[in-house]
Amino acid sequence: MSQHVEVVGLYVRDQDEALAFYVEKLGFRVHTDARNGEYRWLTVQHPDQPSFQLGLFAPGPPVHDAATAQTLRAMVAKGAMPPLVMMVDDCRAAHERLRGRGVEFTQEPVERYGAVDASFRDPSGNGWKLMQARR
Amino acid sequence: MPSRDPPAEQDPELLRRLLRAKDRMDAAYEEDWPVERLARVSHVSAAHFARSFRQAFGVPPHRYLLTRRIERATALLRDTALPVTEIAFQTGWRSLGTFGRIFRDIAGASPGAIRARERAAAHQLGRTPGCFLSAAHRPDLTIAVSEKRRRGANAIKRPRLKEVR
Repeated sequence: MSQHVEVVGLYVRDQDEALAFYVEKLGFRVHTDARNGEYRWLTVQHPDQPSFQLGLFAPGPPVHDAATAQTLRAMVAKGAMPPLVMMVDDCRAAHERLRGRGVEFTQEPVERYGAVDASFRDPSGNGWKLMQARR
Repeated sequence: MPSRDPPAEQDPELLRRLLRAKDRMDAAYEEDWPVERLARVSHVSAAHFARSFRQAFGVPPHRYLLTRRIERATALLRDTALPVTEIAFQTGWRSLGTFGRIFRDIAGASPGAIRARERAAAHQLGRTPGCFLSAAHRPDLTIAVSEKRRRGANAIKRPRLKEVR
């Protein structure tokens, strides 16, 4: 497949913290971690989804001026960024596993219309839905 | 509206802790959330919490909780056959009368009428993931309930009067 979405990025408050969270707690793998002066291009990958990279980007120079970076950091910390959805085979089991690793859940697993979903946040405030499709 | 200095920028680290209190209200909306309890979640003083929360999220914490309870009550009316009394209890109300009155003030109709209306429209909801519907259906309570009630009463008496800000 040559035409596809390759990278979608999140803003995070601290790239080291985000890297530890996405790799150690969620089980992602590092795809690229490249520094260029102040700039750090950091992407991770879901182990079952090698064609897609999730970027973990920090607001700040040289991409953003100080006021813009501050606004972006505030938006992330307020949970105002768009929804993120991760599909799992068994939401309750995944919830149990991730909670055991210290992931901050904001909603316990709930069954709705035959699907099961739970919610958690990354340390920065990005909100994820953990979703098990209707069988 | 009197001119005001722009509010000071809020520290993202504080905002993250305020978000945690907001998440806790969303998760346990049926519980009591006095400001002191919320302030403890955010690790700030009660006075600081109320002011900071409002600045961060645009509504005072108790009104935020109210929108969550009304949204959940509306969902339960739509998705379950539970009696209204039970729905009032499950969404944190101790008095059916208070629930009915505030529900009408916010939703614009009684719980029974909303149940009938939501069920008629329910078949259109299928394509949005269920978990995001609740966010979409949260009432936009930008004014206090008492103010909304007062305006509603005025509108009935003087239907052509424009809303005064």
